[in-house]
Amino acid sequence: MLTVSIYRYNPEIDQEPYMQDFEFDAQGKDLMVLDVLEKLKVEDPTLVFRRSCREGVCGSDGVNISGKNGLACITPISDAVRGNKLVIRPLPGLPVIRDLVIDMAQFYAQYEKIQPYMINDSAPPKIERLQSPEERSKLDGLYECILCACCSTACPSFWWNPEKFIGPSGLLQAYRFLADSRDTGTEERLSNLDDPFSVFRCHGIMNCVQVCPKGLNPTKAIGHIRKMLISSPA
Amino acid sequence: MIDKAVRFYHSGLFDWFVQRVTALLMTAYLIFMLIYLFINPDLSYGQWEALNKSLGMRAFTFLTMIAMLSHAWIGNWCVLTDYVTERLIGPKANFIRNSIRFGMAILTFAYIAWAINILWRF
Repeated sequence: MLTVSIYRYNPEIDQEPYMQDFEFDAQGKDLMVLDVLEKLKVEDPTLVFRRSCREGVCGSDGVNISGKNGLACITPISDAVRGNKLVIRPLPGLPVIRDLVIDMAQFYAQYEKIQPYMINDSAPPKIERLQSPEERSKLDGLYECILCACCSTACPSFWWNPEKFIGPSGLLQAYRFLADSRDTGTEERLSNLDDPFSVFRCHGIMNCVQVCPKGLNPTKAIGHIRKMLISSPA
Repeated sequence: MIDKAVRFYHSGLFDWFVQRVTALLMTAYLIFMLIYLFINPDLSYGQWEALNKSLGMRAFTFLTMIAMLSHAWIGNWCVLTDYVTERLIGPKANFIRNSIRFGMAILTFAYIAWAINILWRF
């Protein structure tokens, strides 16, 4: 039997959060953490968590699993169980709405700041804006971000200044557009990032790289943004 | 040019740049001192005085001192704006943070004056 310890908090009933232990029999199978949550929800329907695609694409079920942020749907319990115990908490640093569900408004506000869309005021061509394979390859490792918030909520700089520091996820996305050959808003984008907090609060501790469930490298993207800021004419 | 310099000063890039340059200078000073002490194992007071009395060494020491204080000033600002904020410790945070900054500013100038006094009194 596996002990599953889950963070519980219902603001309408509970004075403060607490950890609830469940006994769980995996029947020898290496289930995903999301499977465990689903089965426990049958046992206790008041347990609340987000989930959707259950295959690591939608980014809904980001949680803190035995101390490390990750997607419940693609984390096998064999990777997460420590001493026959599985501990599941909400992603740290953002307000908890209920149980494992966090309020991601601050995270999305930072995402909105980086203007996550193509800026190009020139008249669109008849068919599409073409890129060479080399230009397109610059977006690899950037466009795959699913905005699960595992990285930003693993970042102490984002915990302490979530309203000023863009966070690794937002900065990875910022570089995704800075690196895009079709985007002409480079100077505007860079000038919006050139303050002491937006980019430069990153101290390169690479928690984001360690936890990204898609294997992306926000620290590297932040380094590229810094280089662009240094060589920017403004 | 001035406009560009002012913008650079208010950007995050300035602090970042200063941290790197000052770190390099401090590292150079440390390496120089270690090598000097290594190649002079039987260092006499006369040799040590002669080294530190030379204008070049005085300038190097003073620049390193300024680098260290600049580095500490920026580093402290980062730490204070991480941990001494309204978000973390409540409405008194701004007063506490600014008081610490004021105290640090006085301490920094005192260290500079002290360094000048030590380096140029003999």
